[in-house]
Amino acid sequence: MGYPHPSHPRETVVLSRHFGDAPARTYAGWIERGGYVALRKALGMTPDAIIEELKASGLRGRGGAGFPTGLKWSFMPKNDGKPHYLVCNADESEPGTFKDREIMRWTPHALIEGCAIGAYAIGAETCYIYIRGEFTEPLRIMTAAVEEAYAAGALGANAFGSGKRIDIILHRGAGAYICGEETALMNSLEGKRGNPRIKPPFPAQAGLFGMPTTINNVETLAAVPHILNQGCEWYKGLCLSNPKSTGTKLFSVCGQIQKPGNYEVTMGFPMKDLIHDLAGGMRPGRTLKAVIPGGSSVPIMTRDEAEGALCDYEGIIEKGSMLGSAGFIVLDDSADVVYEVYRLAKFYAHESCAQCTQCREGTAWTTKILERILRGEGQTEDLGLLLDLSENMTGKTICVLSDSCAAPIVSGIAKFRGEFDAYLSGARQPTLVGA
Amino acid sequence: MSAELVSLTIDGLSVSVPKGTSLIEAAKQAGVLVPHYCYHPSLPSPAVCRMCLVEVEKAPKLMPACVTTVAEGQVVHTGSDQARKARESVLEFLLINHPLDCPICDQAGECELQDYVFQEGRAATRYSDYAKRYNPVEDFGPDILYVANRCILCTRCVRFMDDVAETPVLNVSERGDRAFIGIDPSQTLDHPWAGNVVDLCPVGSLVSKDFLHKARAWDLDKTASICPGCTQGCNIMIDTRDDVVVRLRPRPNLDVNRHFICDTGRADYRWMNRGDRIEAPLVRDGDRLVATDWPTALERLAAILRQASGQVVILASGRASTESLGLVHQMAQRAGQVTAAIRVPTGPVAPLAGIPGLSLRSERVPNLDGARLADCAADWHAALSAVPGADLVVVLDAELDPNEAALLSQASRVLVLGTVDEEWIASVAALVLPVTTMAEENGTWVNCNQRVQRYTQARSSAGMARPAWWVASEALALLEPSGTWPDTSADAFVALGAWIPALAGLTYAELGLTGRELAAAGTGARE
Repeated sequence: MGYPHPSHPRETVVLSRHFGDAPARTYAGWIERGGYVALRKALGMTPDAIIEELKASGLRGRGGAGFPTGLKWSFMPKNDGKPHYLVCNADESEPGTFKDREIMRWTPHALIEGCAIGAYAIGAETCYIYIRGEFTEPLRIMTAAVEEAYAAGALGANAFGSGKRIDIILHRGAGAYICGEETALMNSLEGKRGNPRIKPPFPAQAGLFGMPTTINNVETLAAVPHILNQGCEWYKGLCLSNPKSTGTKLFSVCGQIQKPGNYEVTMGFPMKDLIHDLAGGMRPGRTLKAVIPGGSSVPIMTRDEAEGALCDYEGIIEKGSMLGSAGFIVLDDSADVVYEVYRLAKFYAHESCAQCTQCREGTAWTTKILERILRGEGQTEDLGLLLDLSENMTGKTICVLSDSCAAPIVSGIAKFRGEFDAYLSGARQPTLVGA
Repeated sequence: MSAELVSLTIDGLSVSVPKGTSLIEAAKQAGVLVPHYCYHPSLPSPAVCRMCLVEVEKAPKLMPACVTTVAEGQVVHTGSDQARKARESVLEFLLINHPLDCPICDQAGECELQDYVFQEGRAATRYSDYAKRYNPVEDFGPDILYVANRCILCTRCVRFMDDVAETPVLNVSERGDRAFIGIDPSQTLDHPWAGNVVDLCPVGSLVSKDFLHKARAWDLDKTASICPGCTQGCNIMIDTRDDVVVRLRPRPNLDVNRHFICDTGRADYRWMNRGDRIEAPLVRDGDRLVATDWPTALERLAAILRQASGQVVILASGRASTESLGLVHQMAQRAGQVTAAIRVPTGPVAPLAGIPGLSLRSERVPNLDGARLADCAADWHAALSAVPGADLVVVLDAELDPNEAALLSQASRVLVLGTVDEEWIASVAALVLPVTTMAEENGTWVNCNQRVQRYTQARSSAGMARPAWWVASEALALLEPSGTWPDTSADAFVALGAWIPALAGLTYAELGLTGRELAAAGTGARE
């Protein structure tokens, strides 16, 4: 299948096999496609065995940080007498990222199954799925799927007759980017303002409602049933480069590209081929200028860096950026890096939760400076000021939102300085941006 | 408190502190104040201002000292280049939207933003050509204005209302640089302890309407005292300007009131500035009272005491110091059998939910337990009923209603040790001696937990007024010249030990300015 484009032959379709396949959304349709076999299997295993299987598979968090999933699950205390919670982070708000949305739109039961397995493995009876507020269609589809799963006995007081209670509660976010940060998400779930919490304590010690909690991304959990079905060796074998990055990964490709969409490839796939082959390459007459690979919160890659990179956690770090959520924002030679950086800074300034001083004031200030540069009123010291402010905004705050704002600014100035200088010198005509 | 100690080095100084202590508190032990805004020892720490970032060796980045706990062998640098640059940048960020209206801001002179910027901020701003954020001043409650433009969003006020008052009416509204402190639109900030948010605010964002534009901080004299409002005995600071009391603020005492006082106590100072005071001793000359000097007045007092022999009633104020109650009681004993009582007005109780044991108490006098120790706590009505026919009635600054005052004409002699010139005095008093208020003297009170606490003189006394204990002491010296009678408040307190076993051996020096709980509560003298 494939959506919006038919799957490319070079894709390794695991998670996206049924994208565009509407009948897969129903319980019956999912069963026909081999669904819920993994959950039944998992309920017959010990939680430790599931965790070991995941550790062996090499699956790492797909939300951005890339933390080994099995290891994260193993941090949950054992026999502590407290309720445990699994939280699925479906607040996919990272600019340029739209993979979780498609998983929920087309294969809601894959996520439900993954959540149920995860909940069982960490000793939780309740899993919350925190869905981004703007995701109205995924929410509708997920709601229907959860109802069906309860009706079919996959969820509830006695999941598939195992004697285990597994409840899934869908929670709709209210439109704040910061609620995708795991501790802010927990605050939001608790009914509080979505402000990130100080760590420690880490969620595995004191998370949701103060109880041991594991938070996983949608794509991570959706991959779990496949690993149980086909085994950790199969998953580990899905690797084209660094053995620390295994499995398949959905890459959301957007921006100035011929065929924007989600592409599922094996870890270590060359970025050059992903952009120029799978995603159809540049528009006619245009050349690649830059890629922001991790959603918007990572350093910008130049054409050379992007075309030389392998798409896995290590491969992109090697080229000076980070895999992040793997939402590629592709810029061609018509793009104005200064404007793009400004647009991102404006986003972060809007979304800063206002807790930490550097972030609250810094994101807004950097936006104003970039706006001034774009208006042609920039001053020669502005770039130095931007770099200094970025340094003051990096590594100083509770969460990494202000670091995320600084990353594209610093890399933009370092790698595309000429474009900034062109505005400052008057060589480039001012761009009108909203005040 | 954990006995386990952790040793670490802060700015080259070794300190040992209990396990679990935060770096910011450990630094205090080393005599190092780590600049901070959101941290407050009586509130939970959110680590949001990022001002207290310090360098901890081997840590990958700067650590917030308020939420980082000490570890054995840790080496901390609060003044390293990295830490200084981080603080300088926080100050710069805080100032870009700050109006810098210090010349008209009440906080100026006691503003933590002003202080730290002066200490280590940048000399000039790099935030040029941009408008500052603007939000209008909001009326939060009966005594509190919110000047949003000055706010640095430390959230101390929000946390006080959430976690200490447990009445969550304040919040952070909006996001990013548009954020401000919001209030539940259906509420006002009228909690009985809400005034503390003004003290907690490190800048001039939350200001007291009562104090608004009244005085500049640097013109104030600050005097350690005790709140006269109820038996809780909250430690306060009396702020005076040119001898006028302009404000009461809490003075930290972790065992009594932590960092807080209630709004009732906070507002209870105007009487300290009353102008209608008795300023000279007044002796009866026929149907008139005539001003005189102290030697003459004291001779007259001694004469009255010598003449009297029989029933003596003392009607005292609950604000009278233990020293005054003790010595006046001793003096009265020279004239006969003493019945002594204080008037105890009552009012509704208002606890501060988050601090167990801290409350505006029903008994609205500060020295009920001191009066009990000094044997001055007979039933008020019983004492009043003993007034008719009494040989001597000593009114020690007690407020009497007209019916009560009318009883005085049925006593043989009435001696007034008073502060305010009441209407009834002229008709019944044989002798009127001006005494000082608690704001004008040193003394001690005993709170409801048997804690003896000192208050100190905040303003000069009105006219010729003297502390009541001094008057009694002088009279006793005339009656019994061979005795040793105190001539300072410190000596008066020591002298109490002879009559009140619970106070025996205690001195002002030992009480310090935070007081001391009496070892065996309830062993006061009950002759």
